[in-house]
Amino acid sequence: MNRISHKLQENKKLLSIYFTAGYPQLDDTKTILEKLEKSGVDLVEIGLPFSDPLADGPTIQASSTQALKNGMTTEKLFEQLEDIRETVSIPLIIMGYFNPMLQYGIEQFCKKCAEIGIDGLIIPDLPLEVYTEEYQAIFQQYGLQNIFLITPQTSEKRIREIDEASKGFIYMVSSASITGAKNSFGDAQEAYFERIDQMKLQHPQIVGFGISNAETFDKATQFAKGAIIGSAFIKHLTENGTQNINSFVEQIRKSN
Amino acid sequence: MKTHHINEKGYYGEYGGAYIPEMLFPNIDQLKEQYLEIIGDASFQEEYQQLLRDYVGRPTPLYFANRLSEKYNTKIYLKREDLCHTGAHKVNNTVGQILLAKRLGKKRIIAETGAGQHGVATATVCALMGMPCFVYMGEIDMKRQAPNVARMKMLGAEVIPSTSGSKTLKDATNDAIRDWINNPEETHYIIGSVVGPHPYPDMVARLQSIISQEIKLQLQEKENRTQPDHIIACVGGGSNAAGAFYHYLDEENVNLIAVEAAGKGIHSGESAATSQLGKNGIIHGSKTLLMQSKDGQITEPYSISAGLDYPGVGPMHAHLFSSKRAEFLSVTDDQAMQAGAELTKLEGIIPAIESAHALAALEQKKFQPDEVVVINLSGRGDKDLETYMKYFDL
Repeated sequence: MNRISHKLQENKKLLSIYFTAGYPQLDDTKTILEKLEKSGVDLVEIGLPFSDPLADGPTIQASSTQALKNGMTTEKLFEQLEDIRETVSIPLIIMGYFNPMLQYGIEQFCKKCAEIGIDGLIIPDLPLEVYTEEYQAIFQQYGLQNIFLITPQTSEKRIREIDEASKGFIYMVSSASITGAKNSFGDAQEAYFERIDQMKLQHPQIVGFGISNAETFDKATQFAKGAIIGSAFIKHLTENGTQNINSFVEQIRKSN
Repeated sequence: MKTHHINEKGYYGEYGGAYIPEMLFPNIDQLKEQYLEIIGDASFQEEYQQLLRDYVGRPTPLYFANRLSEKYNTKIYLKREDLCHTGAHKVNNTVGQILLAKRLGKKRIIAETGAGQHGVATATVCALMGMPCFVYMGEIDMKRQAPNVARMKMLGAEVIPSTSGSKTLKDATNDAIRDWINNPEETHYIIGSVVGPHPYPDMVARLQSIISQEIKLQLQEKENRTQPDHIIACVGGGSNAAGAFYHYLDEENVNLIAVEAAGKGIHSGESAATSQLGKNGIIHGSKTLLMQSKDGQITEPYSISAGLDYPGVGPMHAHLFSSKRAEFLSVTDDQAMQAGAELTKLEGIIPAIESAHALAALEQKKFQPDEVVVINLSGRGDKDLETYMKYFDL
């Protein structure tokens, strides 16, 4: 069974962490992954940096720009991850924009992911319709789960379609925003979390965008299966390098 | 029938589509569902045509350039988009889109701008309609184009510097898209060219198609025929070319010539000739030709003309290039500057440096004495005076 599906069956709220590969230093990828696993993180999204990340806020943009300056490429990332399954066993997802994957060759990209032991992909600018028509068969052939996003503006009909096409979990964007824009949840978000919960979808939801500490993690996971932290972790890396990852994770987890 | 227009799925051949994050889906979907109906509606057309006539100053003349024709020994007509209010064709699109935004019930307008022409055209129609206007502009472009920044501010727009990436047009476009993600309910994004996710390329092309619609009528009057032998237009993103080509796309005996900016030379590393240097990929939600690294990172283009340095072309143009329906030429900074000076001396018209690229095609092509050549003079050169002054040491 795919590691993501397996993880989703565990009876706990899941903490997922995003970081940009090649940041702060080009060769930090493996160290960060190993430390995240040791700290008890449940799944990780490895960001493949892109020159024009149009769904991301300033924090992730800046980390992508720096990672590219450091020399990160798709090829380089695959090299760094070559032996990752010898030391890391939690589910790993690559999150990136579509153009670098297209240039690598989609089939080639999926094949490489499968060889390394990547479990899923999140591609914000690959829409549902294009995926199902052109790429679903390839993704499935290589055992990769494609994770879709939903937002507070997504219609109920479309959420059902996305649920139908999903494997693993649904990435629930907490509010109408780019990444790192907000750091607390109001009544509108809570009502939205509850509304989605009541739809009783086939796939569990993991909330992303706007989660930065124990309080927002707890609120997000009140209804959802888990939550994803991105920008706040990038800020931690900016300030501490790869040090103290354990204490960053502990802080988030303090009430669970 | 074979057509070079968009198909029902939003593609020109293999190019186009809507590669957008889910956050933009409701807005893009609403536009896709409604744009044809709104634009085709009689009350929209009435208001749009009235504004084009009384506010923009249309129809713009189709001017027979006598001395230029003599020099190149052919019949050259200039489509005078430079005489539009605000100084370029950009306003045809912004007038249309602001009327559309009102019909969609939107209350706030955002736009991106490179040189500032589209920003000014957007700020202008926002002033006209009393709508709040936010224009994203690369921090570097704001310094290069200070007079246009001042014009936008005077028109009541807020100009927001883009400080990410290369701090130019592509980053301003990214920031406008991010703004739309953050403000999905009441905001309309007025894109300035035939780029972006479907339906923008087709919508902007339709709003610019007034250019070729007028050319047909005016040629009938002057030459007793609706078709020229050649139409020449410059291409950055490609909106003026899309407008000038639109009604001739499927009339294959009309030769379409698209002129890109070669900058300091196609292989100099400082160029914006996307058809020569680009590969298929995704930029700003559209599958098209774009300049990129081997690894799929979008690269920064260069041209002396701030309106042509976009790293992609609209999907219509990618298709016209790959299907060979249009002929693509490229013109260097130097060739464009000489062509701008030549038009000024021979006809008393100072063209925008973008449009000077189209004029420079006359040196590369040989036309017959009885052939009719229409050049789309997309903008006037006032905004480029400083560049002309520096270049010619005036």
